[in-house]
Amino acid sequence: MRTHVEKPPPVARPWTGARIAGNIVVALWALTGIGLAWYLATAWNAELVDKYGMRFLSGVGTTFTLVGASLVAGALLSLPVALARLSKNRLVNGVAYAYVYAFRGTPLLAQVFLVYYGLGQFSDALKAAGLWWFFRDAWYCGFFAFTLNTAAYQAEILRGAIQSVPRGQWEGAQSLGLPRAVTFFRIILPQALIVALRPYGNEIILMIKGSAVVAIITVYDLFGQARWVFSKTFDFQAYLWAGIMYLIIVETLRILWDALEARLTRHLKR
Amino acid sequence: MTDALALLSFGPEGWGDELARGVLVTVALALCTLPIGLTIGFFVALAKQSEEPSLRLAGNIYTTIFRGLPELLTLFLVYFGVQIGINALLKLLGSGTTVEINSFVAGMFALGVVFSSYASETFLSAFRAIPKGQYEGGYAVGLSYGMTMRLVVLPQLIRIALPGLSNLWLVLLKDTALVSVVGLSDILRQTSIASRVTKEAFFFYGIACLLYLALALVSGAALRRIELRTERGTSR
Amino acid sequence: MTRTNRIASLLAASALALAATAAGAQEMMKLKIGTEGAYPPFNNLTADGKLEGFDVDIAKALCEEMKAECEFVTQDWDGIIPALQAGKFDAIIASMSITDERKEKVDFTNKYYNTPPAIAVPKDSDIKGVTKEDLAGKAIGVQGSTTHSNYAEATFTDSDVKLYPTADEYKLDIANGRLDAVNDDIIVLQEWLASESGACCKILGTIKPVPEIHGLGAGIAIRKGETELADKFNKAIDAIRANGKYKEINDKYFDFDAFGG
Repeated sequence: MRTHVEKPPPVARPWTGARIAGNIVVALWALTGIGLAWYLATAWNAELVDKYGMRFLSGVGTTFTLVGASLVAGALLSLPVALARLSKNRLVNGVAYAYVYAFRGTPLLAQVFLVYYGLGQFSDALKAAGLWWFFRDAWYCGFFAFTLNTAAYQAEILRGAIQSVPRGQWEGAQSLGLPRAVTFFRIILPQALIVALRPYGNEIILMIKGSAVVAIITVYDLFGQARWVFSKTFDFQAYLWAGIMYLIIVETLRILWDALEARLTRHLKR
Repeated sequence: MTDALALLSFGPEGWGDELARGVLVTVALALCTLPIGLTIGFFVALAKQSEEPSLRLAGNIYTTIFRGLPELLTLFLVYFGVQIGINALLKLLGSGTTVEINSFVAGMFALGVVFSSYASETFLSAFRAIPKGQYEGGYAVGLSYGMTMRLVVLPQLIRIALPGLSNLWLVLLKDTALVSVVGLSDILRQTSIASRVTKEAFFFYGIACLLYLALALVSGAALRRIELRTERGTSR
Repeated sequence: MTRTNRIASLLAASALALAATAAGAQEMMKLKIGTEGAYPPFNNLTADGKLEGFDVDIAKALCEEMKAECEFVTQDWDGIIPALQAGKFDAIIASMSITDERKEKVDFTNKYYNTPPAIAVPKDSDIKGVTKEDLAGKAIGVQGSTTHSNYAEATFTDSDVKLYPTADEYKLDIANGRLDAVNDDIIVLQEWLASESGACCKILGTIKPVPEIHGLGAGIAIRKGETELADKFNKAIDAIRANGKYKEINDKYFDFDAFGG
């Protein structure tokens, strides 16, 4: 038999100062959003979209390929750097530390300039070395600078993650008689990568945002195309659209990465 | 090969004084941005840990936008967009004056909002690290909300947030380089001009990198001292 | 949480106060002149960070003629029109060609000089001429948002046209060997080739100006609708042409009359 239970009425939420302020700020955001949408809708120009729409899409493609290639190359390079940082040899450790410090301590834009215009100064030597085809191209120069930059950041992520794996894991593997290399690649690294997932996700997003600086050295990534269209039309929409596209890309990546992380760490859930 | 020392000398022929001015501008910009970023960041963090859902939403929208946009783009939006917007508004209101946002102010604002969106996350996790008991203790001895915040929570908050904020300061120092693109005569712009005029690009961009490294080193050392100071009271 | 808002608005207000400069005072005729500072011999920065060049001297002469107090503002080229529109300065005197495309955004005075475009190549180049066929498959550098970039993108459709933010950067890149040719005003190219850094290259030939693209010579750009200011500038240009001041400046830089036909 069911007894009838009288539930207390829900407590009316009082209109506190915080609630009023919160509603006002949200309303302001909504107004800004509507204003932006209204502006973009009224300023929508089929001719311009026809003329320049494809450029934006190709810009997105360039951003993706450049960042993707740099991240992969940087990941490969970061492994030896991270190992060097963990090395007990002071020289090896010192060199790796200097590399990481230098690339994390200077602006990406300055690094890109140093590679593109700085190395360009030595074109004769580079030609003699047969490397000029690489450094002649702005895309490759951007790729080179980005790779060195992200490798420094990824090495630190990896080092922190490897150090976070308890010593017992090494000792356990050793007691099973596993060689060090096998221990590292089959036992330590997989656990470290789980720890590194979140910082890796952040690094990808930072690279996508940071990659906008290649526009300054004649590469037409998303920002570069926006700049180009702006320089033709002097229409501010170009930057607004680029901003919206960056936001969509970054948010999508964030959601995908969260899903990936949830999936890969599901055995750790309690 | 031009003599490196001559290139860096002070005076009409050398670039030493221009570079020194660039360093001053970079440091000034970073220092002026810091209070803006910290203040906004702190209040956004307060909003995000509020019990009021609309405030949390407003705070989250803020972080999502300014952490998602490339810093360079935010800067362009502020430098061109806000000025066009403000002047259109003033015209609408019938005012004849125009407001000018120069590259320094634009940089201060753009970097300030970017800094604050990251700082709000740092503050937020610091807030969460402070046990509820600290607030309750404050109320129990009769302190008001404001006094509890100021006398009990804030001192602990700063200590917990400091490593994260130090990191953001170093990021901010590097991000100031972007403002050179909209014409601020900071380190990078001065070295760019020098390298174009002298055709010694590698030398001057190398100098730029060294100057940024030096700034990072100096502020890194200073921040470590501050961190040590704030940790005096905690025993381990 | 009203405190948040109060502080935010206080911050905003103080920052505006920082930035606010009433540029309205017309009676004293204070003018801010925008220029690029990277386009020798027309406008460039000395090692001391000072502006010099033909545009700068002409601007000073015009200001003197108009009894105006002028202040120069340097601004990167691709942001120079938006900066004018945004009110960062009142006039652009930076070798800006008068084109229909730009006239949609700004008003122009009459021209104050007009010189033809040309193409420069490395000294050992095997490029024969300046046509589309001659330059097919080559990398051509131009400064972005210029009449030259419009011409190059419209004409050399089989080439890889690369746009640079300033002229100095394409000069660096052709000297480094990243470019096979560059396209710019002949005066600018000649000035550069005569300098130490121009030792790499030579003039290949001039291009016959296309009026729809290259426009009617370089004029002074001002915000749309400010006809009064345009009239003042036009009168001043006529005046310095008549009183010999223009010739004096012209002869300092060129051995022919840059004003053109």
